[in-house]
Amino acid sequence: MSASMQVEITRIRDLAPGIREFSLSPAGEGSFPVYSGGSHIVLSLPLGARPHRNAYSLLGDPNERHTWRIAVRKQEDSRGGSRWLHEQAREGMKLDIAPPMNLFPLVRTGRRHILVAGGIGVTPILSQARELARIGADFEVHYAYRGPEFGVFSDELEALAPGRVHHYVQSRREQIEFRSLLSGRPLGTHFYICGPAGMVAASMEAGHTLGWPESHLHSEQFLAPAGGEAFDVKLAKSDKQFTVPSELSLLEAIEQQGVDAPYLCRGGACGQCELEVLEASGELLHHDLYLSAAERASGRKIMTCVSRLKGGCLTLNL
Amino acid sequence: MSIAFKPDETFRGDYSYRNSPVAIRRFPFPFPQDQYMYSVNIEPHTKGPAGSVFENAFDIDEHYVAEMRDRAITLERDPGRCMSLPHMIDAEWDTLELIMESLARDYPDLFQLHRDGARWSWINRPLGLEQTFTFGDVATLPCPPFEYITRQCQGDFVIMDQRDNDLWADSGMITSQADWSLMFDVGMSFKEWHGPVPLAHDMGIFERALKYLLMLQQGRPVRRLNWTMTINPRLDTSPETYPEWGPDRTTVTPDNVGDKVHLRVELQGLFRLPRSNGMLFSIRGYLASLNDLATHPRWAKRLHRVLTTLPNELAEYKGLVRYRQTAIDWLAKFDDGADLGTGTQPE
Repeated sequence: MSASMQVEITRIRDLAPGIREFSLSPAGEGSFPVYSGGSHIVLSLPLGARPHRNAYSLLGDPNERHTWRIAVRKQEDSRGGSRWLHEQAREGMKLDIAPPMNLFPLVRTGRRHILVAGGIGVTPILSQARELARIGADFEVHYAYRGPEFGVFSDELEALAPGRVHHYVQSRREQIEFRSLLSGRPLGTHFYICGPAGMVAASMEAGHTLGWPESHLHSEQFLAPAGGEAFDVKLAKSDKQFTVPSELSLLEAIEQQGVDAPYLCRGGACGQCELEVLEASGELLHHDLYLSAAERASGRKIMTCVSRLKGGCLTLNL
Repeated sequence: MSIAFKPDETFRGDYSYRNSPVAIRRFPFPFPQDQYMYSVNIEPHTKGPAGSVFENAFDIDEHYVAEMRDRAITLERDPGRCMSLPHMIDAEWDTLELIMESLARDYPDLFQLHRDGARWSWINRPLGLEQTFTFGDVATLPCPPFEYITRQCQGDFVIMDQRDNDLWADSGMITSQADWSLMFDVGMSFKEWHGPVPLAHDMGIFERALKYLLMLQQGRPVRRLNWTMTINPRLDTSPETYPEWGPDRTTVTPDNVGDKVHLRVELQGLFRLPRSNGMLFSIRGYLASLNDLATHPRWAKRLHRVLTTLPNELAEYKGLVRYRQTAIDWLAKFDDGADLGTGTQPE
């Protein structure tokens, strides 16, 4: 039950200017687990000294156990993840990834499903469409992109839902009118969208205006990668001083020092790992579900399994 | 490893269920401290020490064959103890795959799974079953996949569907429950089916537990222990059969309390299911009589203190009120008041 798995880049395809598809296979023996439509993985990319984590949706067949596919659009202003994948990545390279997680799942009690993809946002829509096609659900796809050459997954979508894929090409001044798309739909219809922020916001606004329940409007979310910025820690009683690197939690870093720290759930819920903060020269970043607002405000407690310090040094009574 | 099954023991009628000394020693005693209170006691379900109930994802023990027979009897009397809503079919196959893979990996001398694409062959030696089937094709199994595999795995099972930031109990195989009804709870949300639990709501327990579970990742299951007490080693303590077992609570006397009163511990596991994004909730029950527990005096002392200090609301909810004092009086003779420290170990 490992937290990460190693994959090999087995194929790189340039699909359109600035859009590349990567095929990944398990490094060494074994096969991938299956996943559900809308899932993403988190890649650890070797940018400099510290791994850089980016989330990407899996776009292939969720039942395919030998090859997973992702598609990456080069973001010129990115922190470097997509640029590394476009400029440095080569077939045969190995990467660590976190197993699939789904924060954009299909609602299986839904009677009809409307899928909307904007540009590279088509990736989770592809695996959702495959799943809906497999279970024989009633669905339709609306796919918007900048110009004809950017509709890179049109053929795959058409094969999954013949006659039920609608194309909107921006260079031809075609765009999705969400008010008309979402009006007059029968009860039990669910709406899913992944695309640019402005497009998602416009669709949600149209849905709300038309009286759609919040529970039937879905947009893609990613799990925030574990870890964060590095910071320094002093353990007062054990007399240790060390740095918590970006890829480790505070609890993991304490454990690496050979110090026994309390823990149970390792997910910020149980309250067992609470430690007393003696000094914090920086902002405490509380990510737990346990501490009350008053406890957070006091700055005297921290849950080591999920919470961190922004900059500076944290002194703990341990 | 091999397990000496006790195929003829019973959980009803003459109640011939007995624990071996080995089974008592590995009993998941749930009290690390002298006082019990609710908490979000969830931890990663990682491989535990060899021989312990935490060693494997799904624990198989000496009672396996007899428990599966008792389940079959209960289902024969009341088929409604196994239910699954239509949108759960992928989650049913997920469950079958998870249990078959786990059992075949963890108990290779008892269970074997051969996969050739979608063509699967399953061998269950303790129950003498062999089945070749096509994964994903319900017609190739003698009953639906969830019922098929949970008739062959100890413990009760619920599959929860995740939607609208909640978990919905949309499938269940429930034949050994601590007085709750699948017929009543099926289709309910997480908060609805925990509605009757006292005190814990005000402590924010369920809110935190639900948020944590919604983020549960595949391949990283978690577990917790829960407990209650049962009169006689009976698995089927359901509301539907209450007239058959409810009155037993009035039969506890100072002479028979050591035999009759059982600590019932549930090892609860939660597993994210990959193709459905659902969640399997396994409720693996263990029964030990007070006599069994008293073979380890540390446990007898601990249980004496826990029962003595248990808040009345919890005693009522768990249905212990009628015999709690009799049990406390019986356990008192083991308790010298020594400091036990923390921990659940038997010595």
